[in-house]
Amino acid sequence: MSTEKRPDYLISPEGLRIDGRRPDELRPIELEVGILKKADGSASIRQGKTYIMAAVYGPRELHPKHLTLNDRAYLRAVYRMATFSVPDRKKPAPSRREREISMVIANALEPALFLEEFPRTVVDVFIQVIQADGGTRCAAINAASLALADAGIPMSCLVPAVAVGKADGKLILDLGDAEDKYGQGDVPMAILPNTEEITLLQQDGKFTKEELLEAIGMGMTGCRYIHELQKEALKKAYAKRAPEGAGEEEEDLGEYDDDMEADLGESDLPEEDE
Amino acid sequence: MGDFSAEVISHIDRAYIRGLLDKGQRTDGRAFDEYREIEIQTGVVPAKAEGSAIARIGDTRVIAGVKVVPGEPYSDTPDEGVVMITAEMAPIASPLFETGPPQEDAIELARVVDRGVRESEMIDIKKLIISEGKKVYMVFCDLYTLEYDGNLIDASAIAAAASLLDTKFPEVKVEDGELIPTKNMLRIPLQNLPVECTFSKIGKHLVLDPVLKEEMVQDCRLTIAVDEQDNFTAMQKGGGAGPMSLAMMEQAMDLALEKSKMIREAVRKSVKV
Repeated sequence: MSTEKRPDYLISPEGLRIDGRRPDELRPIELEVGILKKADGSASIRQGKTYIMAAVYGPRELHPKHLTLNDRAYLRAVYRMATFSVPDRKKPAPSRREREISMVIANALEPALFLEEFPRTVVDVFIQVIQADGGTRCAAINAASLALADAGIPMSCLVPAVAVGKADGKLILDLGDAEDKYGQGDVPMAILPNTEEITLLQQDGKFTKEELLEAIGMGMTGCRYIHELQKEALKKAYAKRAPEGAGEEEEDLGEYDDDMEADLGESDLPEEDE
Repeated sequence: MGDFSAEVISHIDRAYIRGLLDKGQRTDGRAFDEYREIEIQTGVVPAKAEGSAIARIGDTRVIAGVKVVPGEPYSDTPDEGVVMITAEMAPIASPLFETGPPQEDAIELARVVDRGVRESEMIDIKKLIISEGKKVYMVFCDLYTLEYDGNLIDASAIAAAASLLDTKFPEVKVEDGELIPTKNMLRIPLQNLPVECTFSKIGKHLVLDPVLKEEMVQDCRLTIAVDEQDNFTAMQKGGGAGPMSLAMMEQAMDLALEKSKMIREAVRKSVKV
C-alpha cells in the first residue's frame, strides 16, 4: 500500500539529496555473479533498495521459429517486475512499459556481443525485478551484462548503465524512486566502455542542450565506475570457483590472480585506486 | 512440477533412477522419506512488499511477496476479506519454463497452494473488514519460482506461509467515504499454519520431496496439505496419469502427518518478531 508523500525538497539547502547523497554520487551497488544454478549464466544487483536478478539461457534452439536470424543469434531480453516490487500491487500480466524496457535493454546489450558466432539460435536474457526503487532498467542492464559474461557469451566488453536526472534544477546521478517520480527529468543511458559509444539513451522531462550534454557526461563517469564494479564482481565469482590447489584465493579474495585483463578491455582504462 | 515425463530424459537416467530405487537408494543418497535441506528467509523485499520470504528446498527456490490493498468485497461475501495466491513459473528458473501467460502447471501450482491456505482457514478473512460490505483488505500473495529442481509445490507453500507470517501492513479506516491511514501497523489475522508434503510414485516406490529427475520419471505425484490440528485440508494427485493404490496413499498420509511438523517448526522459526 502506498502512503508516500511528495518530499518538501529533493535537494536540501546544504546541497544534499533526500537520501543524503551528493548530486554526483551513486547509491551503494552490490553485484553478485552465478546466483542461480539452473541458468547458463546469472547475476544479481542491489542498487540502493532496487533488487534485480538476471538469468541467461543459451545459445539454444529458438521458438517460435519465424524469429530466426540466419547470420546471428537472436538476443531476447524479457524484463519483468514482481507484483510486490512496487508500492501498489502490479498486475501480473506484462505491461506495455515492461515490453518497451525489454526491447531497449536488448538493444543496449547487443552491440557488445559477438552474436554472429551462433547463427539461428537464441540467447535468452530473463530479468526479474524483485524490488523496484528507481533506475531498474539501468540496474537490469548492469546485471544482465554480467549474466551474459557468466554464460560465456563472447563479448567485446561488459555494458554498464546509469540514469542521470534533474531535481530542483540540479543534475543528479543515479535517480532513486522519489527523484524519478518528483524530479524534472530522467536520462537513462548505457555505454560500451571500450569505445565510449552509447547503446541506450532515453530521456523524459525538460533539459536544455547544455544540460543534456552535461548530464550525458555525468552518466559516462558513472558508467565507467560501474564498469569497474562489474569487472570486480566477475573476477570474484571466478576466483571463488577456481579448483582447490589452483592458488590461495579460497580464503583471501583480495589476492586473486588478475588474468582476465585482456578479455575485459581493462587495459584501456585508468586503474581504480584501492 | 507439471508433467515433465514428456521432457527429454535419457533411457540410462531413467533406468538408473528406477534401478537405484529397487535397491532402496536415491540418486542424491537420501532416504525415501527424507526432505532435502530446507532454508527459509523472511523480509527479503523490505522496502516495497508488506511481507516476503524466500524458501529453498535443495536447489529449488521460490520467492513470495505479499501486497495488502484496500478493495471492495465480492458481492456474495460482503463480510469477508479477499485472499488470492498466484504463481509464476518464471523462465529465469529453468530451461524447461517458457515466457507467456501461465500454463496449466503454474495454475495448478497456485491453486494447490491456495487450497492449502484457504481450506485450513489459515487467514481469518472475517477480520479483514474495513467497512462491512464496502471496503475490505485484499491480501495478494504472489509466488515466483527462482530455481527449479523438483517439488515446487512444497517450496511454494512454505514461501507463501512464511511471507504471510512476515506481513505487516498499514491500517486504514473509512472517514466521510474516504480511506484514511491510521498510522497503526497490522498483522494478517492468522489462526492456522498449513504445510504441504509432496510425494512421487515411481514404480512401486513412494519418495518424499522428489528432485527434478525423479519427477521426470515418476508415474504420478501426490500432494497432501496438513494443518496444525493434523487435519488434511487439501490433496492433489497430478504430475502424470499413473494410478496409485490406497495402501500407498495411506503411507503418504502417515508420512505427511509426521514430516509436516518439522516444516511448520521451520516456518515459525524463520519469522522475526
